[in-house]
Amino acid sequence: MYGIVSSVKRDYIVDLAKHGKRVDGRGFDQFRDVSVRTDVIKSANGSAEVKIGNTRVLVGVKIQHAEPFPDMPESGVLMVNAELRPLASPSFELGPPGEGAVELARVVDRGIRESDAIALDKLGIKSGEDVWAVFIDIHVLDHDGNLIDASALGATAALLNIKPPEDEAWTLQEFPIQKRPVAVTVSRINDRLMVDPCLDEEDVADARLTITTVEDGSICAMQKGGAGYLSREQIEEAYHLARTKAEELRERLR
Amino acid sequence: MEKPEKLIVDGKRLDGRMPDELRSLRIEAGVLKRADGSAYVELGENKVLAAVYGPREMHPRHDQQPDTAVLRCRYNMAPFSVEDRKRPGPDRRSVEISKVIREALEPVLFLKLYPRSVIDVFIEILQADAGTRTAGINAASVALADAGIPMRDLVSAVAVGKVEDTIVLDLTKEEDQLGTTDMPIAIVPRKQLVTLLQMDGHLTEDEFKRALDLGFRGCAQIYEVQRQALREKYGVKEE
Repeated sequence: MYGIVSSVKRDYIVDLAKHGKRVDGRGFDQFRDVSVRTDVIKSANGSAEVKIGNTRVLVGVKIQHAEPFPDMPESGVLMVNAELRPLASPSFELGPPGEGAVELARVVDRGIRESDAIALDKLGIKSGEDVWAVFIDIHVLDHDGNLIDASALGATAALLNIKPPEDEAWTLQEFPIQKRPVAVTVSRINDRLMVDPCLDEEDVADARLTITTVEDGSICAMQKGGAGYLSREQIEEAYHLARTKAEELRERLR
Repeated sequence: MEKPEKLIVDGKRLDGRMPDELRSLRIEAGVLKRADGSAYVELGENKVLAAVYGPREMHPRHDQQPDTAVLRCRYNMAPFSVEDRKRPGPDRRSVEISKVIREALEPVLFLKLYPRSVIDVFIEILQADAGTRTAGINAASVALADAGIPMRDLVSAVAVGKVEDTIVLDLTKEEDQLGTTDMPIAIVPRKQLVTLLQMDGHLTEDEFKRALDLGFRGCAQIYEVQRQALREKYGVKEE
């Protein structure tokens, strides 16, 4: 997912960071404009389109019958998949998912799975034979940085938008959502931390840390990325940024 | 697997360890003949081999970088390394782990010294018992040093977790599966910088801080064993 940046641009962004500024004039703790639209795809059980600045991600959820895993015969199945289609960026190529797409899907997956956002234990149909599978498919439409936060927000929004399948095996009143995990990615450029990196910032960042929190501020998933390091103090600062920003983003899910 | 009633009894874990205790750790440097550098790590029931090739010519050539070497990491589990046979070849998990391992090692390497070349790191998990990515990082960083590749420091890694509301160091498979939280962390020990941090499960702010503390302390112990392995191989006497 990393692009090539000219050294002029790199120096410019790094120098700005040194002076407490960003390329688009934002504060370090400021997201670009965020919009969440739900119910955008009729053929999906739940869907959401998230825009963060120019970044656009479409998330669709399908609910279908599936076989349970042998060790969890009565539990529903969660699958998260991400597609970085070439329409979204000149750096995306056709072919099987690369490590960027795999990481994106797995980080979103962990946020939802580990927070128990979905009560999967309520999604059994017939023990050992039939359960409900929740497929969350992330479709990146326009990549201008921070795909993880946009995708995770889209996934939670799409889950909250689910209309249960019209199927006689579906007996629940509504889809069993119990948590609202929100991921916030903090990037480090020249020892300064900033939220919501745009593409240029992402390309010059030394490291990033994605922290997914739930309503009470506790952490359900984390992922460090990038070929750099973070100090202990920076990690704690990143947590406080992520927690505060997640609360703001969660407001968008209403 | 029978679920034990409690994973921690009288402050001790199922295998008799204290919450802040590592499993037995053995590291050997230079164990493979053909590789430029290699290391073998046994951490509890984990058996992990790492081999380093390079810096060598980058193939395919269009992946060459004119100003730097490229670090490539491949984490692979042997089919017989886990309870149910693992289908050979990369899956989504190993693709992600290979990526985070690369990003954990890259900060200590002087890659700019070797433009257009590649450094390959192969990590083979021969027997798995939780904490394989961190054991793999420990093996790989010793193997990189064994290959004579210029490094700022070694990288030391360990998993911290939460088992029945206790923060514990170096989870076993049982603790990983039945506990609530797993947090692998890798550190550049001399500068105390974090190069890998992942987490899944549930941690409050306070638990997170304690988990970080425990991770830093665990890595310090591992660092000593890594250094000792290199001293043994290269015959450096203790001052």
